Amino acid sequence: MAVINFITQEGEKISVEGTSGSIMELATSVGIAGLDGDCGGVCSCATCHVYVNETYRKIVGEAEKIEKEMLEFDELAKENSRLSCQIEISEKLDGIELIVARE
Amino acid sequence: MLDRYKQVCVIIGASHAGVYAAFALRKEGWEGKIILIDRDPNLPYHRPPLSKKFLVNGGEIEKFALKPLNSYHKAEIQLELGKNVQSVNGQEKHILLGDGNKLSYDKLILATGADAFVPPIPGLEVGKQIFTLRSAEDVKEILNGLAHCRQKQIAVVGGGFIGLEIAASLSQMGAQVCLIERELRLLSRVSCPEISDWFENFHAEKGVSIELGKELKHVKRSGDTFVLECKDGTEFSAEMIVVGVGVKVNLTLAKSAGLDTANGISVNGFMQTSIQDIYAIGDCSWHKNEAYGDMMRLESVQNAVEQAKIAASHICGNDKKLSNIPWFWSDQFDAKLQMVGLTTAYDKLCVRKESNSNSLSVWYFKGEKLIAVHAINHPKAYVLGTKFIKDGSILDQNKLQNPQIDLKPDLILA
Ligand SMILES: Cc1cc2nc3c(=O)[nH]c(=O)nc-3n(C[C@H](O)[C@H](O)[C@H](O)COP(=O)(O)OP(=O)(O)OC[C@H]3O[C@@H](n4cnc5c(N)ncnc54)[C@H](O)[C@@H]3O)c2cc1C
Ligand code: FES
Repeated sequence: MAVINFITQEGEKISVEGTSGSIMELATSVGIAGLDGDCGGVCSCATCHVYVNETYRKIVGEAEKIEKEMLEFDELAKENSRLSCQIEISEKLDGIELIVARE
Repeated sequence: MLDRYKQVCVIIGASHAGVYAAFALRKEGWEGKIILIDRDPNLPYHRPPLSKKFLVNGGEIEKFALKPLNSYHKAEIQLELGKNVQSVNGQEKHILLGDGNKLSYDKLILATGADAFVPPIPGLEVGKQIFTLRSAEDVKEILNGLAHCRQKQIAVVGGGFIGLEIAASLSQMGAQVCLIERELRLLSRVSCPEISDWFENFHAEKGVSIELGKELKHVKRSGDTFVLECKDGTEFSAEMIVVGVGVKVNLTLAKSAGLDTANGISVNGFMQTSIQDIYAIGDCSWHKNEAYGDMMRLESVQNAVEQAKIAASHICGNDKKLSNIPWFWSDQFDAKLQMVGLTTAYDKLCVRKESNSNSLSVWYFKGEKLIAVHAINHPKAYVLGTKFIKDGSILDQNKLQNPQIDLKPDLILA
């Protein structure tokens, strides 16, 4: 089990416990503002965009090519951007902080 | 004035549009009741995987739920699944359920979508070993049908997205698929010939036999096999047929309420129908797209979600304005097609083939104006295209189609 902390664009912090599935699925199950997951997690929509806090960037790992391409020219993209449907929940993510990119 | 805590919003259709509208209503501050009704008994689910992952892998449809059950409870959305709505009385503001019960509403949202269309071709009747694909139940029936095929010899009728996705999925499951299309190319309604040709070659390489210009005339059953007879005399045999030729909009309820309809339920910019307390959203709405100017009906997740937000916002008095630039995707085998914008008015194409890869992007222009991009295995082109369309950027088309020049804004902007 891992505690995942979401911070919305309005500055609200929401902590959710997850065990499996993707971060996007966890977020949509509790309704985190700005994290919609419209394509259902197939890396087609970028409505699950998050920024990963520094300490966890290595742990989360590198994005695959398609995800990188989705992000490269996204207006909201930063160094630490990820599409959260591509991040699987595991214990090593316990305590991670994710800032939701969209409003 | 009515006590706003006691107002009732009824939503008919609990799929992408209806479910999104229910949650958006809460987000926009609706404090009254929300009753979300669907005749499908399953917890509302994502439809796109039905012809893709869910068809290939099977399993439980709950895995593709739009929201888990407890999130409906938390948002106080009353889910009424497995219930058919028979009619709507727009004057007295109530709906009639299949079980004879009446339900009153203050606001009503029709998110009734569409059903699979079966063309009137003799012998092509959905039933034993002839299927369509629109719901989770349909997938179960197709899988069941497949299990009964000895040779796994299957005919797919229709070369649009759904037909192609079904062909790809069944082929991945070891079936011998023959896809029959009436037009002379695939995806003819939505794409340019370059995209059509790419998919034709791609499917052929993967072992799907693509039969173009074949208009189905008659289906005959002989024992366990069908013979599909086309107008030009060609015949194909198959043990099972899946029809994927398009949809029939669900207008029954709208008509029972006396709403204006065209190729869908007519709505204004706030998704209001000709009766102002009734809204229509998603696949069933006949609306004007502000960015492209035309009246249209769109079948996509993006459109369903966007219109759900607009209707919810208007019901709550917040009048959200949204930029509705349509986007869509389709996954077939290991290829991903992403589309943004609408191609209907294009007069010029710019085709960009990346060297050393299987990526292709087609840029549709009307004069100098970029109006749509179709990108195969090329998310970068899709993202940039979206940005350029939104910004109204002018591109240097010669540079754009030169794969030696990197696809970067500063290198291809005029
Ligand atoms: C196989 C398949 C693959 C797809 N792939 C993609 C894709 O890759 N990308 C994409 O963007 N889009 C895709 N789409 C399109 C997308 O799924 C639709 O645009 C979307 O589902 C529209 O949502 P909706 O809520 O408007 O309508 P629908 O999903 O059609 O839902 C309408 C609901 O209303 C209910 N209903 C209707 N009448 C009544 C009644 N009288 N009483 C009770 N309930 C009623 C129905 O049971 C249904 O659940 C796909 C569709 C299918 C079928
Ligand atoms: S959910 Fe669509 S890209 Fe992540």
